[in-house]
Parts: sequence; structure tokens; C-alpha cells
Amino acid sequence: MLLHAVVIVGALAMLFPFAWTVITSITPGAGLTLRPQLWPSDPSLEAYATLFAERPFARVVLNSLGLAVATTVIQLVTSATAAYAFSRLPFRGRGVVFAIYLATMMVPLQVLIVPLFAELRAFGLLNTYLGALLPSFASAFGIFLLRQAINQVPRELDEAATLDGAGHGRIFLSIILPNIRPALATLTIFAFMGSWNSFLWPLVVLRDPELQTLPIALAGLQGQYTTAWDVVMAGSVVSVLPMLALYLIAQKHIIQGVASAGLK
Amino acid sequence: MSILAAPQAIAEAAESAPPTRMPAAAPRAGRSRAARVRYALVVLAFLLPSAIPLALFVIGPMIAAVWISLHDWNLIAPMRFVGLDNFASLLADPATGDVFLHTVGYIIGYLPLVYVGGLLLALALNQALKGRSLWRGIYFLPVVTSWIVVALVWRWLLNPSTGIVNTALAGLGIDGPGWWTDPAWAMPSIVLASAWKDVGFVMVILLAGLQAINPDLYDAARVDGAGPWRRLWSITLPMLSPSTFFVVVISLINGFQVFDQVYAMTGGGPGGASQVVVQQIYDLTFRYGAAGEAAALSWMLFAVILAVTVVQIIGQKRWVHYV
Repeated sequence: MLLHAVVIVGALAMLFPFAWTVITSITPGAGLTLRPQLWPSDPSLEAYATLFAERPFARVVLNSLGLAVATTVIQLVTSATAAYAFSRLPFRGRGVVFAIYLATMMVPLQVLIVPLFAELRAFGLLNTYLGALLPSFASAFGIFLLRQAINQVPRELDEAATLDGAGHGRIFLSIILPNIRPALATLTIFAFMGSWNSFLWPLVVLRDPELQTLPIALAGLQGQYTTAWDVVMAGSVVSVLPMLALYLIAQKHIIQGVASAGLK
Repeated sequence: MSILAAPQAIAEAAESAPPTRMPAAAPRAGRSRAARVRYALVVLAFLLPSAIPLALFVIGPMIAAVWISLHDWNLIAPMRFVGLDNFASLLADPATGDVFLHTVGYIIGYLPLVYVGGLLLALALNQALKGRSLWRGIYFLPVVTSWIVVALVWRWLLNPSTGIVNTALAGLGIDGPGWWTDPAWAMPSIVLASAWKDVGFVMVILLAGLQAINPDLYDAARVDGAGPWRRLWSITLPMLSPSTFFVVVISLINGFQVFDQVYAMTGGGPGGASQVVVQQIYDLTFRYGAAGEAAALSWMLFAVILAVTVVQIIGQKRWVHYV
């Protein structure tokens, strides 16, 4: 059938650039010869060796990993606590506060770049990991996601715990959190992915090559090795692999998280 | 990604503003002062971890951006108040029109491509097709890849002299274009790479929408003698309109903010041919030392995005059918 042919041809078009990236990365001198080789005559890992020898690339990978893990943990904590307040702790003006929280999602990062840069410079936080982390300490998206999940947890569970003498801290930790694991998993993936792939803010705040993250270092590689495409593609492979691993493990969560966002 | 749920989220917040149910632990007026203070402290303990960073790193800078936009400032020397001069000089500068035009050009190329592509794939995968989750997984792969990697890989695929695309075209006897090195082809190259990255995202959203359509509708239409095209026009597309709306809103918001792939593929070149608004904000701030103008331009961009989004939310009544 025609539609099936579309699916198959399209899938090849999706996969080919990935395959070509890997092939190029093991083709010494790719980009120097006029005719690209579909398979290298002498495949080698030379480009990877160059990559890790000439730039603090191992450090860059660790930077990205560390920042992604830290962002994820911090956002899980700040989102879960705020979501609990918005779901379970009534107070005057809560609706307004929640609307303000959500409105922050609409503000593009570009509007904040200049003042944020000036602010973090005043705090002496340029070229620090903390400076890279601070703007993503809280995520309105994460708060919204977890609040939806907490709203689904039956209130009878809280009430029973209250009768047993549990306070809000206990209810939060031992009743709410275990009951919203799937939403926590979804947020973990999105937070990690967001940090791992983020570009504009790290580009602005992390100028020191030792502190840079993968996307920034990759963009820099391209300037440095204008014709050594094997090295640039090796860098791309290294930067895609962890995300790919996470994707293969959590594919269901990721796709369902996105799909449900469009339904409503 | 953070912008993902924004429009519905805000609508929903407005609905849920008054707390509809008071849980057992709600503070009652008759409770002692100490108990009320204790409760307030509990609320603060839960809210402050998120409220402080949002106030300091989103809301504060947002207000500061207004202040900065009214000043002449190169990030170093003291700020000098200039009123609305930054806005005036941006409006007088032809480059401003150009960067908005390029950005809109990007959207005009990108949106039909990802929507039609995503729709075709979603329709195909919605049929009883073997290994649906495998195909879906393949198409979603570029979505989780960073923009920088996508841009670099496409820069290499579309390399005018040694890239595989032009080599393949040459094999067919076609003289391939200069892609990102040619002012006329720079933006189409960026559009192509972006559509490749995002088509799987659109497909997943539309597929979820398709699967929510009641199959009885199709049976009824078949009984009435409606052919496949008729069913597509009269049932599928109208029933899919909420998902389409979501895709269009998100694509326009993200489209106006296009930056990463432009920065890595062309840097706005050649000769400014693919310079977009955000790249211009970045350059004004960090290359030309015009932070005041950059802040003003960022507010203009925000105003445009907001206006476009609001117009769509108002206009949806005309074409979006909610069940």
C-alpha cells in the first residue's frame, strides 16, 4: 500500500543521517576527499582519539552529565513540593499564585537573557556550574505535570494518614510520592533531556572551555575543524549516545508524555 | 519543551482557580493563632523552593528586561536612560524587518512541511500496521537529539562539495545547490533539517488525536456511502482539529524562537541571509554591545508571539471542534 511505502521510505530517511554520522566518524579524512565513501576503506577510531586528546572533551561530557543529573534532581524536588502545595494546601490567593507560576512558562528565555546575564555577573556566577543551573531550578511545566498527578491520588489516603497523626511532611513523603511514580518518571526524562540538549543559556554563561557542555563544545568543534568532519561527527556520536540510551529505556514514557500533552 | 503545556495549562488554571474541595487539613477560622502560623510555615516550606528561583530568575529578570530596554547599555558602562529610543531605532533599522521576515519565512517553510508530513505518517501508522511502536520509535528518534547535533549532521549531509546529498544528486546528473553556503538556499537548508527533526513529534501528537476518534463515526459514514477522501475531509480532519490546533500553536511559538539550529548551521549567514530574531538578540548583546536594544527586541518578539498565540486562541472557535 502507498501509505506503508511512505512509512518505510520515511523511516529510512530518519535513520540514514544517524548511520551516516557513525560511518563518517570512522572514516579518516572524511570531508577532505571529494567523493564521500559509503563505507570507509580503512575504518578507524582515530577521530575519537583526536577528539578526546585535543579538547577537554572527557571533561565536557562529565559537565553535561553532571548538570543534567543536578537539574533533574533539583526540578524533581522543587516541582513535587510546589505541586503538593497547589493540590493539597489551600491558602488565600492560591489560584492567582498558580496562574503566575504557569504564566512563567510563556516567557521565552530570550527575553531573560540580558538581565539574567547581568544578574549572574553581579552575583559572580558567570562561568560556574551554579550559574548554569540556577535559571532551571524551578520548572512550571514540571509543577503542572506533578500537580495533575497528585490531584489523581485519592484524598481518602491523606485523611486516613491524618487520623494516624501524620503531618504534611509525612503525607507528602510516604503517601503522595509513592503514588505519583509514573509522573515523576516522565518529569525525570524531560528534565534530563532539556538540560542535556539546552544550548542558549549554557552558551551565554559558560565561556571557559573546561566548563562547557556538549552542545557548546560541538558547535565550537565545527569552527575548529572546518574540514575534519570525522572529528565533528565523532563528537556528535558521543553526544547522542547517552540520550539514545535513555530513550531506548524509557521510550514509552517519553512518547506517552508527549502524546498526552496534545490531548485535551 | 517547557512551553509544551502552556496554553491549556493557563486555561485550566483559570478554571480551577477557586479551590473546589477543601481537604480535611484545611485551616479553620476558629483555630488558634499558633496553629495558623504553623500552617502558614508548612505552606511556605512547600512553596519557597520553587517560588524563590522563579522570582529571582524568571519574574525579576522579566521586569528588569523592561527597565534595560529603556536604557543605552553595553553591559559594562553605566546605564543611560534613553526612554523609547531603543524601540525607535529598532523600528527605523531595516535589519529589524529583515530578521522578522527571515523568521516568518522559516515558519512558512517549516510548518506545512512538518504538519503534512506528520499527518501522512500518523494516518499511515493509525492503520493496522505491523510493528507500529517500532516505526513510531524510529520517527521520534530525532526529537530527542539535540538541535546542535541535528544542525551539524545536516551541515555535513548538505555540504555543497563533499556532502552525500549533492554527491547523490550528481549521480543523477543534477547539479546540487550550494545549500547553507548559498544565500538563497540557507533558509531552506535550515527548514529541511528542522522538519526532519520535528516531524516525529507532530506525528505522535496527531496519532494520539487519531486514536481518540470514535470508530463508529467511520462506520456510519461508510453506510452513507462516503469514500476515503470524503471520510478524511468530513470526519478525520474536523475530529483531529484540537490536535492540529495544539501543533500549530506550539510550532508558531517555537518557530518564532528559532535559534540553535540557525546558530550551528549558518550563524545567520551567508551575508545575514538567514539571520533570525533570536540570533539578532544574541548578536546585539554579545557582539555589538547593545544590550538595551537587545532587551527591546526581545520584548518586541515576546509581544509578537503573545499576539499570534492570542489570535489563535480566539480564532480557534471558527475551526476547532471539541467533542
